[in-house]
Amino acid sequence: MAFEGLSERLQGAMTKIGKKGRITEADLKEMMREVRLALLEADVNFRVVKDFVKKVNERALGSDVLESLSPAQQVVKIVNEELTELMGGEQEPFLFSKKPPTVVMMVGLQGAGKTTTAGKLANYMKKRENKRPLLAAADVYRPAAIDQLQTIGKQLDFPVYQKGVEANPVAIAEEAVEEARMTGRDLVIIDTAGRLHVDELLMTELKNIKAAVQPDEILFTVDAMTGQDAVNVAKAFNEQLGITGVILTKLDGDTRGGSALSIRSVTGKPIKFTGQGEKLDDIEPFYPDRMASRILGM
Amino acid sequence: AGFREVDEDFFDDLEEVLISADVGFDMTLAISDVLREEVRLRNVRTGEQVKNVIVEKMVEIYEKGEVGLPTINENKNGLTVILFVGVNGVGKTTTIGKYAHKLRNEGKKVLLAAGDTFRAGAIEQLEVWAERVQVDVVTSDAHSDPASVVFDALKKGQKEEYDYLLIDTAGRLQNKVNLMKELEKINRIISREIPEGASETLLVLDATTGQNALIQAKQFKETTNVTGLILTKLDGTAKGGVILAIRQELAIPVKFVGLGEGMDDLQVFDPEQYIYGLVKDLVEVKA
Ligand SMILES: Nc1nc2c(ncn2[C@@H]2O[C@H](COP(=O)(O)OP(=O)(O)OP(=O)(O)O)[C@@H](O)[C@H]2O)c(=O)[nH]1
Ligand SMILES: Nc1nc2c(ncn2[C@@H]2O[C@H](COP(=O)(O)OP(=O)(O)OP(=O)(O)O)[C@@H](O)[C@H]2O)c(=O)[nH]1
Ligand SMILES: [K+]
Ligand SMILES: [Mg+2]
Ligand SMILES: [Mg+2]
Repeated sequence: MAFEGLSERLQGAMTKIGKKGRITEADLKEMMREVRLALLEADVNFRVVKDFVKKVNERALGSDVLESLSPAQQVVKIVNEELTELMGGEQEPFLFSKKPPTVVMMVGLQGAGKTTTAGKLANYMKKRENKRPLLAAADVYRPAAIDQLQTIGKQLDFPVYQKGVEANPVAIAEEAVEEARMTGRDLVIIDTAGRLHVDELLMTELKNIKAAVQPDEILFTVDAMTGQDAVNVAKAFNEQLGITGVILTKLDGDTRGGSALSIRSVTGKPIKFTGQGEKLDDIEPFYPDRMASRILGM
Repeated sequence: AGFREVDEDFFDDLEEVLISADVGFDMTLAISDVLREEVRLRNVRTGEQVKNVIVEKMVEIYEKGEVGLPTINENKNGLTVILFVGVNGVGKTTTIGKYAHKLRNEGKKVLLAAGDTFRAGAIEQLEVWAERVQVDVVTSDAHSDPASVVFDALKKGQKEEYDYLLIDTAGRLQNKVNLMKELEKINRIISREIPEGASETLLVLDATTGQNALIQAKQFKETTNVTGLILTKLDGTAKGGVILAIRQELAIPVKFVGLGEGMDDLQVFDPEQYIYGLVKDLVEVKA
């Protein structure tokens, strides 16, 4: 079942209105309905869609869409531009510490892709930035989470700091940073357990890790297939931890990924990387324009 | 709590509530139309009536005549094989742990098969669960052919007269053709060893997933004949409303829901309770 892209939707609306060229303000309303539907189908949050469509409508009225002979194309163009803009015009840099090691914390819901992405990011930073990463196993809850990170560490030939499942995650994180200092590792990536944003106890644990190691990056890792709830989750993680960026995983699927827009608009934080597969090479910087096109099905 | 009146704004709010629960636009409109008509017919105006009509009607839409709690098919002639499939990270392995625990409490002899030989730590994860809930597990080396561990487990399950074999598989996105073919191969092996084939193929869905879940259900159903859904992570704030559209379009029922990471956090899906949870904030007026 292929969802209809925005262009086809708007062309369809034109046919429905029975217009070839110029449209009226009432026709524009019909077009905005299509924009709204396209975004909802792409899983952009209901309220985010409302605000966004309002903005697009205003811009359309203010520009010469009503005078144009190709109003559908004009609307597509405006939507695309606004969306790219909202996604964060240009790529945001990764925040390295002036005093090594740079400390990164992976956080997010269960199964989002934190552990895998910790490995991918380490791999990427070694290749692109010549970093010497250390991975820290601070998930003591999920069965075999430490084995998983150790296997990834072995595949990439990076050390993994672990203290078993009885140790305290805050202590593990602190000791891992210390270990990195002693062994000349200039990047520490801390894998934390998946948790619900409404789990106060576990959210407090993350705050404590943050206070203890003062990370340069707190990366909210989120599944690109997430639906309407993305706003609640992202908002809660951001409010409680002050995330520095977002990593959108599983974009190798066929999801439209409208949650990217939702997350971006409720947190204002940049999406820094995307996950494009299960292998440890499958990571890419985030490209706002590509994401906009994807959400719109173009 | 009190209950809200059915006025002009009521249906707008209903639509917002449903869309926000990932019910999807088309399904939301379909439900809203049916409810509008019902409310008119029964001349419902206020109070508890509203709640009743909405829940009753939505349950009716979901059930499609199959009233009551879902059941799990068993193989009357021997080993009951249940295959767990789904995209990455939805909760397949954890659900197997929980379900094995449930079956064991019912006095069943349960065997697990570690059919995810790909993901780092996947075999160890299932082993931890097997130990936790005290059931047996068949494993192989990492990166070996999943079909062969399934074969070994089928043999052991039959020879040693287990009641249930729960097969874990690697997470796979539905658009990866080769990975989907691997599931076909697993199914062929099952049918070869057990004439009845798998008694259930359960597609695990994460409640936080949006409209892509509908595509997942379609694609997995095409390759594996999905007989039921398991909706996990309902202990969060996501509602997983897309299951309504899946039920409507593909007629696949939900069998269990996952409500946490512990071994007791698996419940039989109760349509009425689920639907009440979907619309609760709408119909109840906080005092
Ligand atoms: N296809 C695909 N799969 C991914 C991607 N990133 C992660 N995965 C898979 O998603 C699943 C979950 O990944 P994990 O790294 O274990 O997720 P996590 O957030 O650490 O999970 P918890 O620790 O249980 O909270 C695994 O099967 C990964 O292989 C991606 O970009 N694409
Ligand atoms: N809160 C909550 N977490 C769950 C639930 N079910 C599973 N999880 C968590 O979700 C994460 C992923 O679960 P897994 O069982 O590893 O998922 P999977 O589908 O086997 O993942 P892959 O094999 O990597 O595709 C783990 O952290 C689980 O503890 C649930 O019902 N509620
Ligand atoms: K997920
Ligand atoms: Mg993890
Ligand atoms: Mg698994």
